[in-house]
Amino acid sequence: MSKPVGIVRFLGTNCDRDVWEAVENLDLTPQWLWHADTFTPDDYSAFVVPGGFSYGDYLRCGALAAKSPVMQSLKEAAEKGLPVLGICNGFQVLCEAQLLPGALVRNEGRKFVDKWVELKLENSNAWSNLERGAKIRLPVAHGEGRFYVEPAELTRMKERGQIWWTYASENPNGSVENIAGVSNIQKNVCALMPHPERAMHEWMGGDDGRAIMGALLRA
Amino acid sequence: MKIGVKILPKNEVLDTQGRAVEGTLRAHNRSVEQCRVGKYVQLEIPETDESKALARAKEITEFVLYNPLIETFELEVVRR
Repeated sequence: MSKPVGIVRFLGTNCDRDVWEAVENLDLTPQWLWHADTFTPDDYSAFVVPGGFSYGDYLRCGALAAKSPVMQSLKEAAEKGLPVLGICNGFQVLCEAQLLPGALVRNEGRKFVDKWVELKLENSNAWSNLERGAKIRLPVAHGEGRFYVEPAELTRMKERGQIWWTYASENPNGSVENIAGVSNIQKNVCALMPHPERAMHEWMGGDDGRAIMGALLRA
Repeated sequence: MKIGVKILPKNEVLDTQGRAVEGTLRAHNRSVEQCRVGKYVQLEIPETDESKALARAKEITEFVLYNPLIETFELEVVRR
């Protein structure tokens, strides 16, 4: 039997059940990872940090979650090269934990956006093996999803192929260079603002989320 | 000793809250050149020596209170 997929839960995480269902849909075994606990990285095949409002978004989105015990173990897992996916608030947590570059700040339009968007693949990594330039449709739902990074670091990220997804038509939050998702240098830690776990079947409005969650089958 | 931590978004980062406040001030004939909205954190540190308390507050701020990518901070001793 393959190793379980670890799903991290903080107080305020609210997309955890959706990720659980998505993992089960792929005939894989999900397992909760509680914020106050540590774990042994090698006991898992991959990890997902789901969306939500960890710690009520107090101080800065993801800032307090990034300091929790479970994140110490997740950092070890990331260093070992295990695949780690951050979704929405999970993206914010991974940036605050410095596993990913940049930060996510309030949407340019100041409003919470909840809609389907078109994404373009800029670079492949552990979480997607589509052709560069491939387009998918996923839903976004966030108030603080505007990716920001200093210009010099952005240049380095481009050179290293760390830009994962860009918004292909409409940019819902004003992110720099329409960035929707990024990866670390090693390309095993990846995150995006849109929700692949909310697009696993046609009846959900589309099944393009499988282009990302399906990577778990290769982990 | 009480130490106040003033945190503001960096100038190069668009401050949407500040922009919203600017708009309301403008609409009520109270235009300003710029408004930036940050946060204020007050720490009560178990130290009587001012420089030690400030050093501790700086370490705490850099640990979690501010994000150097998007924010700046300033410390002050609260004497009231």
